[in-house]
Amino acid sequence: MPEHTIKAFDEEINRLRGLVAEMGGRVETALEDAMAALVEHDNDKARRVVSEDRKIDLLEAEVEKLVVQIIALRAPMANDLRDVIAALKIVGVVERIGDYAKNIAKRVPQLGAHPTIEPLSLLPAMAQVAGEMVGDALNAFAARDAALAEAVVARDHVVDSFYNGIFRALLTYMVENPKTISECAHLLFIAKNIERIGDHATNMAEMVYYAATGDYLPERGRDTGIES
Amino acid sequence: MTEQTTSSAPPKMAARHVNVFYGDKQAIRDVSIEIDNDHVIAFIGPSGCGKSTFLRTLNRMNDTVAGARVEGDITLDGENIYDPSMDVVQLRARVGMVFQKPNPFPKSIYDNIAYGPRIHGLANSKADLDVIVESALRRAGLWDEVKDRLKDSGTALSGGQQQRLCIGRAIAVEPEVILMDEPCSALDPIATAKIEELIHELRGRYAIAIVTHNMQQAARVSQRTAFFHLGTLVEYGVTSEIFTNPREDRTKDYITGRYG
Repeated sequence: MPEHTIKAFDEEINRLRGLVAEMGGRVETALEDAMAALVEHDNDKARRVVSEDRKIDLLEAEVEKLVVQIIALRAPMANDLRDVIAALKIVGVVERIGDYAKNIAKRVPQLGAHPTIEPLSLLPAMAQVAGEMVGDALNAFAARDAALAEAVVARDHVVDSFYNGIFRALLTYMVENPKTISECAHLLFIAKNIERIGDHATNMAEMVYYAATGDYLPERGRDTGIES
Repeated sequence: MTEQTTSSAPPKMAARHVNVFYGDKQAIRDVSIEIDNDHVIAFIGPSGCGKSTFLRTLNRMNDTVAGARVEGDITLDGENIYDPSMDVVQLRARVGMVFQKPNPFPKSIYDNIAYGPRIHGLANSKADLDVIVESALRRAGLWDEVKDRLKDSGTALSGGQQQRLCIGRAIAVEPEVILMDEPCSALDPIATAKIEELIHELRGRYAIAIVTHNMQQAARVSQRTAFFHLGTLVEYGVTSEIFTNPREDRTKDYITGRYG
């Protein structure tokens, strides 16, 4: 894309995109670390995820401030306007994803050792897909890649299927092993958190698509594919 | 080109395949567009793109420019305005114009407004004329500020008031179309806001076309925007679409400040 006649405008847009990328990178790491802490029963790692979330919140505040400044001082138009609005909405979503990762990490110390709870084995794979969706949505924003954004939206059902499967498996497991209900309830919440992360990645991808093309993706059905 | 107007009534003004030449130089290339009462249309584009030239062809202001030549059809209520039978003085009453620099006559405020109605024979008596003057000044949003000093010179008013006086002068002869050529470029933001509010109020009663270099102004006052570049109409569409999602790269580069 050609540069703006006013160079400072380009610098501000680039700084904005850089902040979104940094924030996104931190959130991806938070999700990976939270899942690693869960699998490895690593309470220290879980605590670090929780404390690092503060930095994500600060980045969100910085982006909001910069967006308001750009709108007030530069009156962005067309693709610039869509970029700036998308950045504002994306960081709101990314912050929520960070909160879900933090919530997963907070549950780690309460789970103790749980090698026997079999449905747990599906959670890392589910988180892997959701994490890739988040990463791809952020990459799509950075590259203004509408096709990549569409691919993220198309993948949401994979996470939903994981969730439905894990939900059923955990219910069965709880019925058969009533002593594990408290731990299983935590795992259920973790699965739900990951499912929500997939939804947020999808929302993000829809915003990226709009920012890149100026058009909205065709409305998807209200049915989320979630059984509960 | 996107989004041609689709109203059932014939357009107030329509230009079809218009070319304008200054001597050998072609200033406008094959421009077709419609202007109507229900929306204000803004012409935007870089200097020299032809937007002012095009505006001036709409009431034959270019007739006075030596070597200027217009091809194609421009109609007002379906009537070709370049037809030899067209009375140009009458045309310019029906298609009024407001210029960049306020240009009140060096006469009283009252006579600035009354001048047109007098020469066009719109008033039969002094009382008639008084009514026309008050009504035009009210519609121009100036009445309350000048009603006690109608005998003062129009040139003694502030710049913004002078411009509203000029709009009142255009309105006084009951035009159907009002053309504005950068009407606020010499005004401060408050006076500009008053003119913009006035444009908003006049919409619907008159067909309004405005040339502006200020894209925020185009975005604020118009419902349709036409982007000109190098004498061609590059893109025409709903203003909110043009400023959020232009279809042409040239439009996008211009409105986002990437042009040139």
